[in-house]
Amino acid sequence: MAWAARSNPRPLPNKDAIEMTEQPDMTPDVIDVRDLTVAYREKPVLWDIDLRVPSGVLMAVVGPNGAGKTTFLKAILGLVRPAAGSVRIHGEPYRRVRSRVAYVPQRGSVDWDFPTSVLDVVTMGLYGRLGWIRRPGRRERELALRALDQVGMESFADRQIAQLSGGQQQRVFLARALVQDADVYFMDEPFQGVDATTEKAIVELLQELRERGKTVLVVHHDLQTVPEYFDHALLLNVRRIAAGRVEDVFTEENLRLTYGGRVSFARAAVKA
Amino acid sequence: MGPSAEIQLIAVVVAVACALPGVFLVLQRMAMMSDAISHAILPGIVVAFFLTGDLGSPLLILGAAVTGLLTVALVELLRKTGLLGEDAAIGIVFPALFSVGVLLIARYAGDIHLDIDAVLLGELAFAPFNRFTIGGMDLGPNALVVMGVILALNVLLLTLFYKELKIVTFDAPLAAALGFAPGVVVYGLMGMVSVTAVGAFDAVGSILVVALMVAPPAAAWLWTERLSVMIGLSAAFGVASALGGYQVAHALDASIAGSMAGMAGVIFVVSFLAAPGQGLVPQFLRRRAQREAFGCTMLIIHLLHHEGLENAAEECSVRHLEDDLRWEHAFASVAVRTAVGEGLVQRDGDALALTRGGRAEAHRRLVVT
Repeated sequence: MAWAARSNPRPLPNKDAIEMTEQPDMTPDVIDVRDLTVAYREKPVLWDIDLRVPSGVLMAVVGPNGAGKTTFLKAILGLVRPAAGSVRIHGEPYRRVRSRVAYVPQRGSVDWDFPTSVLDVVTMGLYGRLGWIRRPGRRERELALRALDQVGMESFADRQIAQLSGGQQQRVFLARALVQDADVYFMDEPFQGVDATTEKAIVELLQELRERGKTVLVVHHDLQTVPEYFDHALLLNVRRIAAGRVEDVFTEENLRLTYGGRVSFARAAVKA
Repeated sequence: MGPSAEIQLIAVVVAVACALPGVFLVLQRMAMMSDAISHAILPGIVVAFFLTGDLGSPLLILGAAVTGLLTVALVELLRKTGLLGEDAAIGIVFPALFSVGVLLIARYAGDIHLDIDAVLLGELAFAPFNRFTIGGMDLGPNALVVMGVILALNVLLLTLFYKELKIVTFDAPLAAALGFAPGVVVYGLMGMVSVTAVGAFDAVGSILVVALMVAPPAAAWLWTERLSVMIGLSAAFGVASALGGYQVAHALDASIAGSMAGMAGVIFVVSFLAAPGQGLVPQFLRRRAQREAFGCTMLIIHLLHHEGLENAAEECSVRHLEDDLRWEHAFASVAVRTAVGEGLVQRDGDALALTRGGRAEAHRRLVVT
């Protein structure tokens, strides 16, 4: 468990980055979403979302069920077609910067009975770099093993994926994103169904990514831990309620707007 | 090569050609799509036949491939409306297309070889009569040449796009995010299925194509946890179905294609029962062993708790296990027999006592749990 034991002091939020958000025209933001609207058969799922995220930010995307959090990530990655709006990453459309972006889908989105090994799943993170037809070789194998090492799963490399626990599955997905060596990470509920130790270890990894100047967007369910884990947050409920530094946006008023009537729940989070 | 060897060779080639794309259909949980495609290609074949007037024309394969992809597109279109599930969409699309094919044959082609029996069941026994000749040179049975080419194509595509098929099957959103158009890959696979189905339906008919596409991969999945092994095993099971089926048909003087499909079914049932890990029998044996071990542990812990107490004689008896612990008679006897067999418990008539080893084991178990 060397991985879990690794200590990681929480750094101060990156001040320059915050100034950049406020003066978007001076430096291009890493993620620049404008007027993004997504609708399923004329029913809006996301309404006119604007979001700018500078580099070196660890941002939580929070909101109630059905708020459009997953859809938001998928729209940024071009997996669902927006009805309107534009998405730029490093100032470019997503398809031109694929290699600089990593995506961790929800654990439940794949069939874990698929006949393959842990190492194989992690290697899939490198398929994009290989392009069509070319097969992964020894180099890819080594990179994948190194990524598994980072999440403390190297001894599981040859395990069949059906034998993994929920937390282990999540770590394998994380390793698959790490192996891409991207600078922008989109993660859909990486803490779902993991135990407290794994959650802590994953948080440390995310914070380590931020320290290395990466930008990480995480769909997160647990309001209580947002101030502890993240420095930025996007409050989402079909429309953008608020976005920015956690201490600025995590107000009772904003949380009430996001979560509707469940005020006591929201109030507890503000105090947390 | 004699006709019987030729028939067996055709059967083997057909079975392997079907098993390869079948692996990915089964893994994508789209096995029924093979049923849909193998039926729905009929109108494509018929229309292509009307255009060319030649049953051996490669245009028939093209026509079939187009209708196969049309089937997939129509199913997808219906499913996307959200008004019905994929199963219902398949159930609506393929009979509709198939019925068009049946009507076209019945109305305009009643007097040619393209009869409905042949479409449904095929007739492998007649395959050697239909030769493939170029400039007067006999290159073998037509079906063997056609299926040989299709098999080679399947092997080639699978080798080239193994990685793409794998990632699209396992995690389509990631594949899309990485730039591998999952739609293109899936339609490519469906094209493979369509072409294979039309090539095979001449030999084994459209119903049995489904058996050869689904049963060997489904059986192989029970034996292995590696995709490459699953593909190899599927092909091997396909070969076994072909050769075994031929022998059965020979012995029973029955339809070769029917016997092949039956053999594929037998292989699946055997796998379902016996495959280590996931087969029913190994699972049953594992559960029984766990149950025995659990009963044995419960017994020694019970004895440990009560030994030396004043009511020990009553508590530590076989009768007590059934009367007061409410164990079923069979469970109690198995637990006692296992514990005695492992030297953990001594039995004297109805009375039970821990051995020294049994006491140590009971203490150890208590600490662990």
